[in-house]
Amino acid sequence: MIAIVDYRAGNLTSVASALGHLGHRSEITDRPEAIRAAERVILPGVGAAGATMENLRNLGLDRVLRDDVIGAGKPFLGICIGIQVLFERSEEDAADCLEIIPGRVVRFPHSVDGRPLKAPQIGWNRVRQTRPHPLFAGVPDNSHFYFVNSYYPVPDDQAVTIATSDHGVVFTAAIARGNVMATQFHLEKSGPMGLRMLDNFCRMEF
Amino acid sequence: MLAKRIIPCLDVRDGKVTKGVRFLNNVDVGDPVAMARYYYEQGADEIVFYDITASNERRGIMIEVVRAVAREIFIPFSVGGGLRTVEDMRAVLLAGAEKVSIDSGAVRNPRIIAEGARAFGSQCIVLSMQVKRRPVSAEFPSGCEVVIDGGRTPTGRDAFNWAREGESLGAGELCINSIDQDGAKSGYDLEITRMIADGVGIPVIASGGAGEPRHLLEGFTAGGADAAIVASIVHYGEYPIPSLKRYLRAHGVEVRDAPEMERSAN
Repeated sequence: MIAIVDYRAGNLTSVASALGHLGHRSEITDRPEAIRAAERVILPGVGAAGATMENLRNLGLDRVLRDDVIGAGKPFLGICIGIQVLFERSEEDAADCLEIIPGRVVRFPHSVDGRPLKAPQIGWNRVRQTRPHPLFAGVPDNSHFYFVNSYYPVPDDQAVTIATSDHGVVFTAAIARGNVMATQFHLEKSGPMGLRMLDNFCRMEF
Repeated sequence: MLAKRIIPCLDVRDGKVTKGVRFLNNVDVGDPVAMARYYYEQGADEIVFYDITASNERRGIMIEVVRAVAREIFIPFSVGGGLRTVEDMRAVLLAGAEKVSIDSGAVRNPRIIAEGARAFGSQCIVLSMQVKRRPVSAEFPSGCEVVIDGGRTPTGRDAFNWAREGESLGAGELCINSIDQDGAKSGYDLEITRMIADGVGIPVIASGGAGEPRHLLEGFTAGGADAAIVASIVHYGEYPIPSLKRYLRAHGVEVRDAPEMERSAN
């Protein structure tokens, strides 16, 4: 069973639909005991950093994720807001986040070289795989994935970055460290390549 | 760099795709789920459903369509038509749509843009505007007026000013639908599309008028659009999406590769 963390935001059903399509059983839940009992945990999402952290704290899920999921070595996948809250803090809402990965989350600049930069970036962007990782098994380098974000993560240690993308600035698009994996792009809305990566996560051996 | 998006538009009434769709191999052209799957497999970057169901009582049918589509296609899709309240939007988003498209309802009650953005985030809110050419005047400095109800009702609003207002109210994207060009197959209204694309900081979608591949190229280059709505150009099978993408790529436009569909694991 894969737990999809329900933190009162985001389009959680689309992740559940994608997993169902791939033949994996999942449950959308906010119950700590269900999340602790799950084989794998996904924190999906659309939402703002401040509201997401507030909801996670109010539900007591910040500690569950930090100690009982990530700390306990359970495979964890963050998507979109789910990558951002792994860092120490976010410029969005000046939010204090989960502090699992050293680094911060910053906004895209309003302009690059004097030219205005549209934010949020909404659409398909190429993802460059900067080091091999089983999450990308079967996914050609520079494939397109669907992004919706105004903010992006800046890890202190670039060794956690496994992929980058370019929206005026080159930014970290995916990270991995042990049992923790996360993507800024929406795997559940990125067509066959996104499904492939979700499937890779669900089948990965630790 | 973001790829330019191609977005097929399907008109749905009482749960069935209505007009303007003739050809599609072995696809039940009345069934919105089958058609969405067809375009998904063709490499559409997004899909928009426009619900033209007349009565409120039958609106629930569209929610069932959205649920069924969300189970089968794994790219973003939006739903528009008749959404007047935040609760209308919530029903569509909870059923699995990525975005909602608001049009006449937003002109009548602009606060719905801000309320929707606050409730679901700007990225969920597409402000769609029907625009009609007018002589340039103090009233219509952009040379286009916003009209509603399928072009029947003038609003007295200038298209460019409404676009800017929509952005400041919290719309995440703007869809510029030219009533003059719609169905004419002579290309998008490049002038107003460009003016708005240059004047806002959010993505702009060109709509109305695409009849041949060149029109998409012009929409993305001269028109400055980030995405293009297509209807008859793909619904009749003359220009399948992969051929449109090949054409655009050959002319230097960044588009998403249409990856080979893999079979699902089950």
